Amino acid sequence: MSGKIDISVTVNGASYNRSVEPRMLLSDFLRHELGLTGTHVGCEHGVCGACTILLDGRSARSCLTLAVQVDGQEIETVEGQGSREELGRVQTAFRDHHGLQCGFCTPGFIMTITDMLHHHPLESDEQIRDALSGNICRCTGYQHIVNAVRELAKERGPLQ
Amino acid sequence: MKPVAFDYVRAQSVAEAVAALTSSGGEGKVIAGGQSLMPMMNFRMVRPSVLVDINRIPGLDRIEERGERLHVGALVRHRMTASDPVIGRHLPVLHAVMENVAHLTVRNRGTFCGSVCHADPAAEMPMMTLLLNGGVHVASPRGERVVAARDFLLSSLTTALEEDEMVTGIALDTLPPGTGWGFEEFARRHGDYALAAVVATMEGRDGCARNVRVAVMGVGDTATRLPGVEAALEGQRVDEDVIAGAVERLRAEIEPNSDLNGSADYRRHLAGVLAARVFRAAWTRAQEGGAA
Repeated sequence: MSGKIDISVTVNGASYNRSVEPRMLLSDFLRHELGLTGTHVGCEHGVCGACTILLDGRSARSCLTLAVQVDGQEIETVEGQGSREELGRVQTAFRDHHGLQCGFCTPGFIMTITDMLHHHPLESDEQIRDALSGNICRCTGYQHIVNAVRELAKERGPLQ
Repeated sequence: MKPVAFDYVRAQSVAEAVAALTSSGGEGKVIAGGQSLMPMMNFRMVRPSVLVDINRIPGLDRIEERGERLHVGALVRHRMTASDPVIGRHLPVLHAVMENVAHLTVRNRGTFCGSVCHADPAAEMPMMTLLLNGGVHVASPRGERVVAARDFLLSSLTTALEEDEMVTGIALDTLPPGTGWGFEEFARRHGDYALAAVVATMEGRDGCARNVRVAVMGVGDTATRLPGVEAALEGQRVDEDVIAGAVERLRAEIEPNSDLNGSADYRRHLAGVLAARVFRAAWTRAQEGGAA
């Protein structure tokens, strides 16, 4: 039982073909098979949000998704959001507002916020906090993260 | 924190999924959104030998009007339930309830039917399925059957689903326009599982409450309707005396458990406080709806 299954996925625009055990979590696939260690693994049961990625443009917990399930689908991770030389827009806002301290939760926040900016009304702090509520920062730096999102939301304007 | 090894079947049709469950000899498990199943598999509390993925089965991702009922397919995600205009038109109460379901990322994946199958006693979807006289559509090698919500939800994390059966959708009552509703939930954090929640709907006709429905969750082994409380409100002008009587009845009917989040007595008190607010809100809306 549980022989390997061939999958083909696109991660940050690049195509990968791999053979995986059905039980391999998408988070482990990204980190161990593809070497993309930007996606962090916290609780491994869907509570902390550190492993959040985008699956076909919508945020998803990579620890609650199996690699074999995403055959043919598109994944985006924090590595696709910017480089050390050229940070992405959300990353820049985090730097400007001191949105990270230890940085462990940051990749998950970046990906959740990317989803929020595309799909969610962010007109009030209440809406921003509600949309962020599935990600945990144990440095408890939430106020700075909210400040960063507020700026990004203002820049975006009302949801189209 | 990793699942045990299992075989994986990506079903392309309901028939294929049911066949895979049947040949697994009771060791199979269906995965849709996976937001409840995957944590249990990661903890190895659930160890299927075959995982049947239904995410690619066409046609299950729709909310459809079928006569007087709404049919919610097995792949309808919480995000869709929370924003669907058909639900907004027929069941504004469900939209209000969905705002309390989990968090953005979980709502992208988790499904209405999957939550009912998981049968957590403090989850919203089982409660709403009971409130709306849900019929759970179940496919198996023996064909299709429809199980009433009260017969489907047996206990905490326990349903009437047989090992070779899968849920294809759930049919819900629509409520007449102008139906009043109220919903209150208390959780440690917004989006977390509730310590207690109460929902009620009623129509306002001739100055009285009609077709009253009341359901609770988080205060017993499963979400439940409360017929005695419904009877205490039915046909009444819902003034403060009537509300007090209904709240007393509710506190007597529920059997909450104690856990680290709260004692049974605390939960009984809390449910009563929430219920009074819910009955007031539903009555107010019913009168506005009746006048409209």
